[in-house]
Amino acid sequence: MRTIRIGAGAGYSGDRIEPAVELAEKGELDYLVFECLAERTIALAQQARMKDPAGGFDPLLAARMQAVLPICKAKNIRIVTNMGAANPLGAAEATRTIARQLGLTGLKIAAVTGDDVLAEAKQANLALDNGDTVKGLGNRIVSANAYIGARAIADALAAGADVVITGRAADPALFLGCLVHEFGWAMDDWDRLGQGTVVGHLLECAGQITGGYFADPGVKDVPDLARLGFPIGEVREDGDLVVTKVAGSGGCVMPATVKEQLLYEIHDPAQYFQPDVVADFSQVRVEEAGPDRVHVMGGRGKPKTGLLKTSIGYVDSYVGEGQISYAGPGAVARGRLALEIVRERLALTGVQTSELRFDLIGVNALHGDVTPQAGEPYEVRVRVVGRTETLAEAVKIGNEVETLYTNGPAGGGGAWKSAREVVAVASCLVPESATQMHVVVLEA
Amino acid sequence: MKLRDIAHSRTGDKGDLCNISVIAYRPEDYALLCEVVTAARVKAHFADIVQGEVLRYDLPGLAALNFVLKDALGGGVTRSLRLDAHGKSLSSRLLDLEIPSPDDGS
Repeated sequence: MRTIRIGAGAGYSGDRIEPAVELAEKGELDYLVFECLAERTIALAQQARMKDPAGGFDPLLAARMQAVLPICKAKNIRIVTNMGAANPLGAAEATRTIARQLGLTGLKIAAVTGDDVLAEAKQANLALDNGDTVKGLGNRIVSANAYIGARAIADALAAGADVVITGRAADPALFLGCLVHEFGWAMDDWDRLGQGTVVGHLLECAGQITGGYFADPGVKDVPDLARLGFPIGEVREDGDLVVTKVAGSGGCVMPATVKEQLLYEIHDPAQYFQPDVVADFSQVRVEEAGPDRVHVMGGRGKPKTGLLKTSIGYVDSYVGEGQISYAGPGAVARGRLALEIVRERLALTGVQTSELRFDLIGVNALHGDVTPQAGEPYEVRVRVVGRTETLAEAVKIGNEVETLYTNGPAGGGGAWKSAREVVAVASCLVPESATQMHVVVLEA
Repeated sequence: MKLRDIAHSRTGDKGDLCNISVIAYRPEDYALLCEVVTAARVKAHFADIVQGEVLRYDLPGLAALNFVLKDALGGGVTRSLRLDAHGKSLSSRLLDLEIPSPDDGS
């Protein structure tokens, strides 16, 4: 039975680049996949594209492509990525330019489009998971992108693309597309598609399965996190998977890292809704198969729903924030006094907010005043943050914290402030028929 | 004994939902996990943080439990005012749960 090797070169948009280079050089890969889109990223990219029609794709696309294209071309490794964000075609054009500059003549770059369903979402006035509707958002709506599946990615590979660039594809579908293309899996072979989703899900967050987001010194030790190796999936034609990494790279692959990643963000393990399949992870088995090698099998699937999760980006509000630090004896008391002063100042000056938080970092910022403190911390950081309807109101919140320098408790240092527009994301379901998938292949 | 002594955990998010796994280091501790780390216990442990219901999914093959906490992230990462808007640190709070040690007989 045939086996292919897929590497995960990024687990999010800002991820490290050298591990991807290491994978391309030493991973003996067939595919290198970069997953770079979080829920909100595409909405921000859509805003960027409104300002610059040639933009709206991943800001690290050029750096990543320059780093891996020559190696991948030489070693015949095909690249699949959602770095197209709000502009897959623009990203493909930018990649073609880079390929030409690098002398990689003939490189084929495919753009997969069709995930942008803003017009359809507006017309159908869909209900959102936050209780609102698309029409209710009015002109605050920024974007609507459906999570597309593996089919169009497999089609692009079948068209001979060396690089496939999508927008909002479901993260596991980037990997599933490679498997469907390589092994000719039928799009109604639900158990295969379910196990292929296990493969994609395990690899998509890159370092999170090789020891990243895992270490807890003395309890769960991980070697050499500064040189964390990114994962490789050895996938057999029947979907059977071994997760491993480049020998000598940092991190570790073991059943515990694999189990944590298997259950990451999936909610009901028996029903992980994907565009191509409802995947069932409940019977998955995870076994050690050697040093830094873990065998994973038993993913299943049920027929897809025909509905695609769709992220609606919208301008939600503005957020203003300020922070300042106190240290030494009495630091907690001075921090609490600082919070009280800002609370009173915001009321006195009539700053309009719909939500406010007063945190003492080091004491109660993450989980509230729920954990008994064993002795006072030496230093604390005051954090005041509030939601407003305008940027001007948001600015006032950080300003009130900053004025503690000269008007607040003794020894306040390191004040910092910010005010920003919040583009939030809500979700809805659209029928698969609302997406019209296209594959465009460019040649360098 | 703390839950951290027998299990490890990871948090993920989607929208305003928080997903926390609890995985036994040793398969023989799975029964204890099932007995003491109930959805109601988790809901109570996160009473100040999580507004909605807590669901538990059991994975005997992995010796693991998967919890879904609703209305858990102050509106979700894209709009929450929390310092840890993803709720990434909530797994650490869950591992702080006090549990009876197996030889307590309790």
